Amino acid sequence: MAGLELLSDQGYRVDGRRAGELRKIQARMGVFAQADGSAYIEQGNTKALAVVYGPHEIRGSRARALPDRALVNCQYSSATFSTGERKRRPHGDRKSCEMGLQLRQTFEAAVLTQLHPRSQIDIYVQVLQADGGTYAACVNAATLAVLDAGIPMRDFVCACSAGFVDGTALADLSHVEEAAGGPQLALALLPSSGQIALLEMDARLHEDHLEQVLEAAAQAARDVHTLLDRVVRQHVQEASVLLGD
Amino acid sequence: MAFVTLSEAEKVYIVHGVQEDLRVDGRGCEDYRCVEVETDVVSNTSGSARVKLGHTDILVGVKAEMGTPKLEKPNEGYLEFFVDCSANATPEFEGRGGDDLGTEIANTLYRIFNNKSSIDLKSLCISPREHCWILYVDVLLLECGGNLFDAISIAVKAALFNTRIPRVRVLEDEEGLKDIELSDDPYDCIQLSVENVPCIVTLCKIGYRHVVDATLQEEACSLASLLVSVTSKGVVTCMRKVGKGSLDPESVFEMMETSKRVGKVLHTSLQSVLHKEESLGPKRQKVGFLG
Repeated sequence: MAGLELLSDQGYRVDGRRAGELRKIQARMGVFAQADGSAYIEQGNTKALAVVYGPHEIRGSRARALPDRALVNCQYSSATFSTGERKRRPHGDRKSCEMGLQLRQTFEAAVLTQLHPRSQIDIYVQVLQADGGTYAACVNAATLAVLDAGIPMRDFVCACSAGFVDGTALADLSHVEEAAGGPQLALALLPSSGQIALLEMDARLHEDHLEQVLEAAAQAARDVHTLLDRVVRQHVQEASVLLGD
Repeated sequence: MAFVTLSEAEKVYIVHGVQEDLRVDGRGCEDYRCVEVETDVVSNTSGSARVKLGHTDILVGVKAEMGTPKLEKPNEGYLEFFVDCSANATPEFEGRGGDDLGTEIANTLYRIFNNKSSIDLKSLCISPREHCWILYVDVLLLECGGNLFDAISIAVKAALFNTRIPRVRVLEDEEGLKDIELSDDPYDCIQLSVENVPCIVTLCKIGYRHVVDATLQEEACSLASLLVSVTSKGVVTCMRKVGKGSLDPESVFEMMETSKRVGKVLHTSLQSVLHKEESLGPKRQKVGFLG
């Protein structure tokens, strides 16, 4: 965008954040009673809902069943009113299918699928409002939903996006920053071990800067982990109070 | 529709209870479940609303876009409905599974709005034959707990109440070219009047009686339902029978009377709640899905 300064001289971004600062994150688990697990997350103005069904028997053809582990099935859908310009189709287009495959890859790395052979775990993510960082918000929401469903995971999966402007790495990009066309990195991390579940980068970035951007995204993902951990503990505390323990 | 399997004993229990005007959750035959309505949930729309009716969760977003009026109605804008049955509600809606239900609901919405008095379409016209406002009403079905049509119509009415369309002026310069100017003040908007927007009341025939606001279990016990679209004055704009079974004409008339009665009460309480929410002003605490 011509004339829009993504990083001012004092080090402030368009929405007033510092370079490594995340947007405000609010999350809630157990939003829907009928699903096995559900969660809602707000990262700034990006709102995402995730719902998990499973583990259950394979739907459709039995031939897809894997004899030693569970099948993870993801669908990414974004509401027609989620973006500034109205979208024609909520899901089924190329970008949504690609996001679904990426989510599947991310969660196959984290969920302990060996414990549920010949079954299927469905993760459905719905974006209600998109203001940048939709992949990260979806992964964070889906992690909470999988935990709410009680499906065992190796670790939390925390994701964040990062960019690079004027020699500084920015964490958690908003839509304005993504649309500016600079390099963007999406990272999904398993925080305790530091293992990367998914790493994706768009546009050109010089190899010398890669480490800096990767470190900014990893640090942001660890910050997200602290927040999500707090949300889960609070939810478990509320649930145990209701059970009378 | 999301199905729930019931045993014969459960069905008999529900049917016998309804005959005595006592439903499984203690309601009478004409009582609604607790409805939660909140508007302005999604900020980059012209208007939005979320309705939670028991286990049914609906989110509606309205986007106003400028376009050309239809040829047969050059002085009016129009509404376009789109219903997305999201896979959140049930895994059967994954991929294209929810398209059938979505089309059915969208067609019903078109029919109930297909009359001159529901919405003042002339107020959506900017310049005849050239520009008008098109309101894209997008319904997102998040959870299915029975009585979808009622919840969706309540959500659509609340979202239209919340819709703010920017005020535009048409300027004509010397050569006769028209230019559309948007007002500088972002709060200078026109609001639609939703006095005559109808709400759907679904009546399910269970045994010899009919119930309002059926849950999934009660819908599984009923063979036929009547969808009646009623305005706040008690005027019926559309009526449709759904279901495999048949209805006799006396039942139909009885159900229509019930729907008018129940519909008027529904409209008054919805209007009062919407006005109360609006009076809290822009500083009210928005809860959304976090509450």
